[in-house]
Parts: sequence; C-alpha cells; structure tokens
Amino acid sequence: MFVLNELFQIDYALKPQSSNSRRLYELLSSMRFAVSLLTVLGIASIIGTVLKQNEPYPNYVIKFGQFWFDLFEKLGLYDVYHSVWFLVILVFLVLSTSLCIYRNSPLMLRELRAYREGATEKSLRAFGHRASYTVAATAEARARIVQFLGQRGFRFKTVQQADGSELIAAKAGSYQRLGYILTHTAIVVICVGGLIDGNVPFKVQELLGYKKVETLDIPENEVPAISRLSVRNLSFRANMTLPEGASSNVSFMRIRDGYLVQELPFRIQLKQFRIEHYATGQPKSFESDLLIIDPDLKEPLAHTISVNHPLIYKGIAIYQSDFQDGGTKLDFNAYGLFGANDQPIKVQSNIFKNVTLGEGDQALKVEFNDFRLFNILNLSPDGKGKPHNVGPNITYKVRDAQGQAREYVSYMQPLQLDGRRYFVTGMRATPQDELKYLRIPADEDYSLQGFMRLRATMFDPSLHEEIARRFTQDAMGDKADPDMRKKFQASVVQLLQGFDAGGYTRIAKMIEDAVPEPQREKAAQTYLKIISGATLEAYKLGLERAGLKAGELDSNTQIFLQESLNAMSDLFFYGAPFYLQLDEFQQRQASGLQLTRSPGKNLVYGGSVLLVLGIFAMIYIRERRIWMLIKPTHEVLFTMSANRKNRDLDMEFEQYREQLRRLLQSE
Amino acid sequence: MNTILFEDHPQPLLKRLRWQDWLYALILCAGALFAYQQYGAYMDAYEKTFLIGAALGFSYLGWQWKPMRLLIIGIGIISLFAIQLYQADLARADHAFLLKFLISSQSAIMWMNVLFVLAMLTYWFALFRRSEFSGKVATSLTWAAVLMGFVGLMVRWYESYLIAPDVGHIPISNLYEVFVLFCLITALLYLYYERRYETRQLGGFVLLVINAAVGFILWYTFDRQANAIQPLVPALQSYWMKIHVPANFIGYGAFSLAAMVGSAYLLAERGILASRLPKLEVLDDVMYKAIAVGFAFFTIATILGAMWAAEAWGGYWSWDPKETWALIVWLNYAAWLHLRLVKGLRGSMLAWWALVGLLVTTFAFLGVNMFLSGLHSYGTL
Repeated sequence: MFVLNELFQIDYALKPQSSNSRRLYELLSSMRFAVSLLTVLGIASIIGTVLKQNEPYPNYVIKFGQFWFDLFEKLGLYDVYHSVWFLVILVFLVLSTSLCIYRNSPLMLRELRAYREGATEKSLRAFGHRASYTVAATAEARARIVQFLGQRGFRFKTVQQADGSELIAAKAGSYQRLGYILTHTAIVVICVGGLIDGNVPFKVQELLGYKKVETLDIPENEVPAISRLSVRNLSFRANMTLPEGASSNVSFMRIRDGYLVQELPFRIQLKQFRIEHYATGQPKSFESDLLIIDPDLKEPLAHTISVNHPLIYKGIAIYQSDFQDGGTKLDFNAYGLFGANDQPIKVQSNIFKNVTLGEGDQALKVEFNDFRLFNILNLSPDGKGKPHNVGPNITYKVRDAQGQAREYVSYMQPLQLDGRRYFVTGMRATPQDELKYLRIPADEDYSLQGFMRLRATMFDPSLHEEIARRFTQDAMGDKADPDMRKKFQASVVQLLQGFDAGGYTRIAKMIEDAVPEPQREKAAQTYLKIISGATLEAYKLGLERAGLKAGELDSNTQIFLQESLNAMSDLFFYGAPFYLQLDEFQQRQASGLQLTRSPGKNLVYGGSVLLVLGIFAMIYIRERRIWMLIKPTHEVLFTMSANRKNRDLDMEFEQYREQLRRLLQSE
Repeated sequence: MNTILFEDHPQPLLKRLRWQDWLYALILCAGALFAYQQYGAYMDAYEKTFLIGAALGFSYLGWQWKPMRLLIIGIGIISLFAIQLYQADLARADHAFLLKFLISSQSAIMWMNVLFVLAMLTYWFALFRRSEFSGKVATSLTWAAVLMGFVGLMVRWYESYLIAPDVGHIPISNLYEVFVLFCLITALLYLYYERRYETRQLGGFVLLVINAAVGFILWYTFDRQANAIQPLVPALQSYWMKIHVPANFIGYGAFSLAAMVGSAYLLAERGILASRLPKLEVLDDVMYKAIAVGFAFFTIATILGAMWAAEAWGGYWSWDPKETWALIVWLNYAAWLHLRLVKGLRGSMLAWWALVGLLVTTFAFLGVNMFLSGLHSYGTL
C-alpha cells in the first residue's frame, strides 16, 4: 500500500519473478487490491444500512415477494455483516494489509534511519529547493551550519567527499514514517479483534457441521446440543429476558431466522425492574436489581445495573438492554356488545396467557400481548398542548376459529378528548393497518355502565315495542288517530330492529330499498330524528328498569345519547362481540439483558490507540531533509527536500534560505 | 553572528508567552478552582477531570491562537452576566429586557443566526468589491456570531438546570443543539485558517455551509419548536457524550470547510473569481489541512463512540447505520488522504472529491437519522 514517489527513491521493489506464488503475493500486498476490497466493503456496508437487518423473515417475504426473498437470503443480505462473503472480505483485508506491512516496513525503517549521505553533488544540483552561498571561511561556516541545524531539530551526519568538500546530510521528522507502520498495524489489530468478537468461530463450526441454528420455538431445555454453545465459548453477544422474580442461566443469540442457546457459568435472578420518569413523563432511567448466583460465590452478589452502567462478572458484561411485560395479572370486565345483557362477566388472565370466550364455532381466543403502565399522549385537538400520561393500556389479539386475528389496544381509563371523556379502544385487522378507534362515552360516574345499560335496552328486541309506544305517546300525544298511531309505532319498531341489526349502515340500506331517490335525504333526516327520540325513551326505560332515577335531561345528556348512538353503530365494525374493560392489574415487568463476552475488545482498543498515534504522526510530523555541501571553493550548497511536496516545504525553504544567507554571509 | 542565529531561532512556546497569556491562564484556572469549590461535591471523577482538562486545554488553545483568549473570556463574562439576570427563575427569560432581547439562550442563538447571515453577505461584498475594510468587518461579524452562539449554548446549559435539576445537561444532545455547535465549530476552524493564511476571500464560501445550517436551525425552531429543552433519555446520560459529540463535530466542521474550499478551488480553476481568490496552491493547502484535522478528530470521535457503545449498547461495534456510515465517511477521507499523501495526487480531482465527501458526510450526519432507523435515534427529525 505504500508507494514512495520521491527523488531519492531507491528501488527496493522485489525483482520480478514469474512464479505464480510471487504474483499472488504481489497482488495481495498491492494497494490496488486493498482499495478494491475497501470499496466492496463500503458498498456492502451501505446495503446493510439501507436494507433493515435481522428482521423476522416473514417481514422480508411480505416486502420483496418469494422470488427476491430467496435470492436475497442466498446472498445473505438480511445479515450482511455476518455473512460468509463479508467475513471473507475482512479476512482478505487483514491479509492484504499484513502483507503490505511485511513488505514495506523494512523499507520504511531503513528510510527512517537513513541520512542519505550518499547524495552526489550532481544530484543535489538537480534539486528544486536549492540555494548556494559563498562563505569566507569554511570551518566557521561549518560550525554555524551545525548549530543552525541542531536548533531546528535536525539530526545529521557528515561525510568527506573525494574532492575535499564536506557533505552534511540532515533530517528531521523521520518518525512520520512510523505513522505508516502504526496506522496499518492498527487496522490489522482492530480487524483481528473484531473478527474474534464477531461470530467467526461459530461460522466455522457451522460450515463444518458442528453447530446448527435452531429455528423451532421450543422450550430452552429441549434445544438439542447442536444448537447450544457451552460456557467455554470465547466470545458472544446474547440476550436474556427475565421476568421479575425469575432467574436463568442461559441466554439466546438470534441468528438469521433462528437462534442459539448460550450457556452461562452463573445464574442471574431479576429482583426488580424499575423505570423512573421525569416530571414531563419521559423515561429517566431503566434499572434492574440483579442477583448473581454462582457456586464460586459465598453468597449471591447483588448489583443494580442501568443503561450506561453494566456489570462485568467473570468476563461477561451484563447490560440493561430493554424491557417488556413479564406477565402482568389482569382482571377484566367483559361486556357483551349485542343482546339484552348489560352486566359484565369477570375475566382473569395475565399477559402471555390466552383466554377463550364463547363456545363452539363462536369461540374466540384472546391473546394478551402487552401491558403498558404509562402512556404519554398528546390529546389536545390541535396537537399543540402538552403530552401527558393517560394511564395504562393493554394490547391483545382476538383470534377466531379460522385463525384470523384482530389486534386491539385498549386504554384502562377514559381519555379526555375535547373536554369529554371516552373509553377508547383501537382495532386493526392486519398489522399494516392504522388503528381505528372505538370511542364509548363515559357516563356521569366516568364508567361504562351508562352506555352498556342504554345499549342493552336498545338491543333488546323484547323492549322495542315498549320504547316505540312511549315514543309515539310523546310524539303524538293523546289526540292522534289510533290507526296513524299504530302505523307510526310499527315503523318505530321497524327502525329499532333495523338499528339493532346493523346500526346506521342498516338504516341507510332500509332507506335505499324503500324510498325513491328524491325523497331519501328527507327520509333519512326523519329516521334519524325518530331514532334519537327513541334512544331517549330507551335511556329512561333503562334507568327505570335498573331502579334508578333519571337526572335532569340537559344538553350533556343529549350529547351523551348522540355519542352513544354513534358508538353503538360502530360496534358493528368492532370485530368482536365483547368489550374488555381492564378493571384491575398487578404489574409484573421483565427486563431485557444483553450479555457479552468480547475478548477482542482490548485488541480493538489497543489498535485504536495505535491508529490515533499513527494518524497524528502521519499528518503532523513532517519529514524533511537538508543537505549542506561545503566545498573547498568556499561555496556552500543548500538543498532541501521532503517526501511530501507542498506549500509547507516551500515556505520553510524560503525561510531557511534567508536565515542561512544572513548567517553565512555575515562576518 | 550569534544574534542572527538566536533571532532566527524558533523559541519554545513557554518563552514566547507574554503576561497577557499568563493572566488568561490564571483566570481560567481560578474559574475552574472556583467551580470546583462550589460544585465539586456534585461531580464525579470524570467531571473533575473534564474541569481540569478544560482549564488546561483552553489555556493552551488560547496560547497557540491568541484571539481565542478574548473569545473565551468574553463568553465567560457574558454568560455569567446572563446567569445573574435570571435570578434562578426561568420565566425571566421572557421578562428581563436584556435576557429577552439579547442573551437568553434563545435570543443569543437568534443573534448568532443573524450575525452569520450578515457576515456571509459582507464577505461576498468584500470579495466582489475587493474591499479590505469590508473583509475586516465580515471577520468581526463572524467572531461576534461565534461569541453569541457560545453564549447561547452556555445559557441554555444553565436554563436546562432551571427547568429541573435532573433535566440539566450539556446542550449537545439533540439535532437543534448540535446544529448550533456545528455552526460554531465550522466558523472557528475557518477563522483559524483565515488568520493563518491571511486571506478573507474564502469567508463567503465557508459561511454558505454555515448559513445552510442556520436555515435549518430557523426552520427547526419555528416549524417544529425544536428549541425546547428536552430531558436526556437514559442512553445519553453518560460522560462520553461530552467528548464524543464535540470531537465528531470538529470532524464534520472541518470536512464541510474543506468541501467549501474545494468548491472555491474548482471555480478558481475555471477562471471564475480567480483574480479575487487566493492562489490555487493555497486553496489546495487549506483543503488538505482541513481534511487532515477533520480526519484526525473524526477518527478519535469514532473510537470514543465505539467505547461509549461498548458501555451503553453492549458492544463496541454493532453495525448500526450510524456506525456504518461513520465507517464509510472514514474510509472516504482515508482514501482521499492516501491519494494525496502516498500517490501525491493534487488538483481538481481532490477538490471534487472533497465536495462529494460533504454529501457523504451530510448523509452520515443527517440522512441516517432521517431515512434509516437504528440505535442512534436521538437526532430524528
């Protein structure tokens, strides 16, 4: 990788030989080869940043389709940095750089020591940076030159020439050469350290068939030995998820679409996981109280780790990496959303535990996935307000007998939106969709009961007649014609049945079927008025049946009823026949730990120090050479060169030339 | 003869120092001592090291580059004055006259923005009119902008502690703050070279890239209210941040400077503004020096980043997009330096490369945060 382009370059290049091994050596140690490798490495690295790495494989299939997925998988693009070809490039880079150091270091060191006192007068006169002076006394001039050079940090060697002249060959900043050796050695050292800590040992074992990635989701103790790495494994980077109170002595390494089990020489127990928050609600710290249980210890070692503060035990660093739910206990009120019952049933479960609701073909499996204690949301309508904590939510999936699942995100407490409170649950049919929210208005007691009572009354076919009767009475009074009254009442019942069967959508369908186009708009208005009137009757009837007194019917009640109607209509798109309201919970968290053993780290750090030293040496030490030829003819020839021709050299030469002129020509 | 020998002789640094230099260093050390006495109890070993390191480091910097002394003393005086005005009440930023219009962090940074814009216009004016006086004005404006910017950051640091003691942190933790830092460091690097090469003609070019950042700061402030001080996420609560981030921005700043000088080189080479710009070899030299400084600091920053990652993420190298792009930037400039130092390449090829290098650097700095997801998600737009 070193090419010297200077005047005095001595041809150290190896004699051309025709043998293949020689040619291979030349190729591998050439700068061109190394640059090509680096270019490929750069491009590969870019691919790795553009294509998201280490995602679950199904995501890639969805994104690219089966054909491209297979091709990309063969190329190892889902984990570029650990693919065989990437590691091979790295190995070649190490090889090439090492050969380069081997090939050029002797030359560099020779250059570092050499004074180049063999320069001839002829060659000196060919220099670009050259000046000559006439001096009175050569001995005096010599003394002054020696002093001059010494003061400027030049070291020198003097040689008597055959013609009686004396050559002073001086140099400064020779350690610049060391910079080349240091930087290139650093690259090799860093790469070797990185390769040790990378998964090269595993890759080799995998290629030889000693190890295999496990792709099945089976309990840890059933994972066969071929997919387990013993405690003797030199370097690894693995993960462990510990629920509070639990302990484990194995960790998992995710590799491509599977995993390996890494055994640990000790057991870790999680006593407690804590999140602290700032006043604004953002997380301030994640901490885990750990207990290290090891037969080598007299008693378990208690230690608290947090982000930026890992624990290192037996050469294994234990990091706070993430957190999740560890199986929070949940108590729900499950309300039926259709039918005449407004009383909830109690459902108990916990996160990661499934519950089946309903029977036979109608049975639905509820899978509880996540519980979050804090949710910082900005609920102000214009988005300009301050975000605040809206309390816990849960995420669950409802899966039908066919295996189709919908995902729900439900907030425990009613959320305040535009000054009113609602129970909010988001739903989506596929993970790609946005969540669609069902907003159920909370009643005066901030509970769901008011809505559920109204819903049960409205959706109770046996009450439709009574609601219609009361509404007709209210609307027509006593004087109306009995026939008219009967007809009107029948149509109210019909509307209630329609709404019961499919909300506003169904009512719209009824209008479309029965009313000619021009009158539809008007009919719709009338129907809506009737339905909301009937809802008021249903509301009062519901309270009456529950033995409660209706409060004052003010605008608040009006809004509550209107929003309840909207929510009831939305129930038909909710996708589940029940509403799960989180009533109580007992949180249990799990801490995500990362465990690493990286013996290559010290090599990498050592290499880094070399690298920095080398770069500073290369850039900030300037190698310069000066030759002063003192001739018996009282002429002094001054020449200067540097291995880098640049402005600094020009300026320094000008300065020295002037200084020497004054020095040598003064008496 | 001896007089000549010794007059010409390069004196060692300590012998060249005058009483002003010693006074300056004394003030810095006294300040550090005072801070230690007042707050030593709240500092850990790293912070104490940083305090001593800052006093010594800035003394040395001031000795080597004299205008630094005035700047640092100025920043100190104005910042302390602003802090006094607060009377430990954040709300006074909107009431106290001087704070509201001059030296609350928000106002000071706005002044920095304005001054940078004015400085750029003046530099261009000076270039076209060949006016030495305007050039001097532009230099002063740039110094003033740097002063206001640093005051803004200092006061912001204090303001963060006024919000709540646990919120307080050094203002280099999000995109808004590092953009201010970027402007300041790039401007300082430029001012250094301006003096070193005794040329003001490059100011307009370098201030272009600084003003692009100013534009971003303005958009970010007014459109996104990004100037609000946010508490630190747990991953950033580390002393590493205090050295990793500035080191990185010296790198970014130097690379940007080199790219702008590169563009000046390309113009001059085609005869555009050639009579007004410095000689090509000077441009080439500035470009090289800037990239060399940038490369050295970028290397250090990347290594520090790796050491921090080892502590925070569980591995010194995770092939996170930001890390990977840092490597690509590093390789890019390593190749640049190789071609120049080893192959002896000069001229427009390297100037083009420096310019393209700015694109790569910008992507590593901004693009990664905008388009790629990863561990470095603190600076998302």
